[in-house]
Amino acid sequence: MFRPRPDGPAATIAVEVEGRTVRVPAGASAAAAVLLAGLPSIRETPVTGSGRAPYCMMGICFDCLAEINGVPNRQSCMIAARPGMRIRRQYGAREIAPNDASDHLPFFPLPEPRSGGA
Amino acid sequence: MTVDLAIVGAGPAGMAAATLAAELGLETVLIDEQDGPGGQIYRGIERASAQRNDPSPLGRDYLAGRPLAAALGASGVDYRAATTLWHIDPEGTLWLAAQNRSDTIAARRILLATGAIERPVPIPGWTLPGVMTAGAAQILLKTADLVPEGRAVLAGQGPLLYLAALQLARAGEPPLALLETTSPGNYVAAMRHLGSLWAGCRAAAKGLALIAGVRRAGIPIRRGVRGLRAVGRTRFEHVVWDGGALDAEHLLLHEGVIPNTQIGLALQLVHEWDAAQLSWQPKIDEWGRTSLPNIAVAGDGGGIFGAEAAVLSGRLAALDAAAALGRLDDAERDRHARPIRAALARDRAIRPFLDALYRPSPSVLVPPDDDTIACRCEEVSVGRIRHAVQLGAPGPNQLKAFTRCGMGPCQGRICGPIVSAVIAEARGVPIAEIGNYRPRAPYKPITVGALAGIGVDPTDQAC
Repeated sequence: MFRPRPDGPAATIAVEVEGRTVRVPAGASAAAAVLLAGLPSIRETPVTGSGRAPYCMMGICFDCLAEINGVPNRQSCMIAARPGMRIRRQYGAREIAPNDASDHLPFFPLPEPRSGGA
Repeated sequence: MTVDLAIVGAGPAGMAAATLAAELGLETVLIDEQDGPGGQIYRGIERASAQRNDPSPLGRDYLAGRPLAAALGASGVDYRAATTLWHIDPEGTLWLAAQNRSDTIAARRILLATGAIERPVPIPGWTLPGVMTAGAAQILLKTADLVPEGRAVLAGQGPLLYLAALQLARAGEPPLALLETTSPGNYVAAMRHLGSLWAGCRAAAKGLALIAGVRRAGIPIRRGVRGLRAVGRTRFEHVVWDGGALDAEHLLLHEGVIPNTQIGLALQLVHEWDAAQLSWQPKIDEWGRTSLPNIAVAGDGGGIFGAEAAVLSGRLAALDAAAALGRLDDAERDRHARPIRAALARDRAIRPFLDALYRPSPSVLVPPDDDTIACRCEEVSVGRIRHAVQLGAPGPNQLKAFTRCGMGPCQGRICGPIVSAVIAEARGVPIAEIGNYRPRAPYKPITVGALAGIGVDPTDQAC
């Protein structure tokens, strides 16, 4: 859980975190919005289902993977918060909806998920 | 599109190199994944510039990024923000993705200015929400003016840990405590580099002022901390060490920084184990030239020397690129380089002292406890790596087949250094002989849509 520092700039950008509106200052990433929203974790791992939160905030650890505007597996620390952005937690491996547009298929050099998924 | 020089990374090295290269008449493109220039050290620097009247909790050194960003802005460099580099082929083609479209650029020369990452700190419980790096907390402060809510404990060592403590205190959320892991033997080892301390007296004075600042802010410092563990059920609840424990909401870890070698390793540049900095580093010469003739490295990606040295090494690489492309003759290049080299020597002087003083303890490289997670993505423990070595896995790349270690989304960025060290210890051979993961493209995930769109004219509706 994070909070704005006293005397910091005004939080002007409204995003939706798990359906709840959260205001963040300009410059904040989607991951920052999740930390400000106070979610206990941003995702659950595909292997054991353990909760994770952003760890490095600089695009290295991939622990901040989340669903952003309907697209799963986005590195939320690398994506700037924009007005109206919808950020959701991610559970396990990403799911691929059968009729999803190919534009939105996240690509990893990984085998298919071991359980669930498409 | 073909350019003279493509630079990867808009931190201090990349900004300085790009600005000088443009001045020397090179058609230069600067690629960076962030929204604005600055890298990690000057992250969000343009945002800071916009709030000129606000007394920033980040301090004066941070604001040194402003003129670099301003010079870049005025330089005419083709600066591509929010752009992901996902492949380089050694002949000089860069594969980029931005706004879900992919594109290629051909470059006569490439400069990797990918900077540093924080050294992984694999302690028991380091995957719990509530545990993050000290640098991550800094980035939240730089980019969004956020501070940890509730009690935060900083643990580890190095200048950045003290700086983060002081910045958080200035931002109205002083940490509960700073747990310093520096081993007493390091002080003795560092004293052998008193000469470097004297030569780097300006940096040393800054460091002392930093520590004094932390003390003045009333942050308790506990020295010689060993056996750090993060404990909690679903979130971090308390930090435990040999002889102590503290309840807190946040644990911020830091054991120094190491070069970000992901792209260089994928390009199979020759890398070497640096025994003083305990990290893999690309083999480079005094201009930053690597084992490939058209690719150079500048800044902390080539060895940790800090932001000011990164600026200077970026300028040297730009001069060398201009000479290689025939815009400067060698004598001119050397003449321009002379004062830069002198400044670089002054800047680097303190480093042997700092490397010795803040040398991570062996337990940071090789976690003693078998249950500690090494690969955060695939949740592979240190014990499973040791077991795979017993079964015959000789190195990091074979380990993947045994355990899936390093095969998750981070592609071994975090576990790479841990895995090499654990295998080396288990086999009883030096890390230098164990080597590294061989990362592959895509360096970062891209969508199938972006891949399929390569070479397709977006205005052509027929396809």
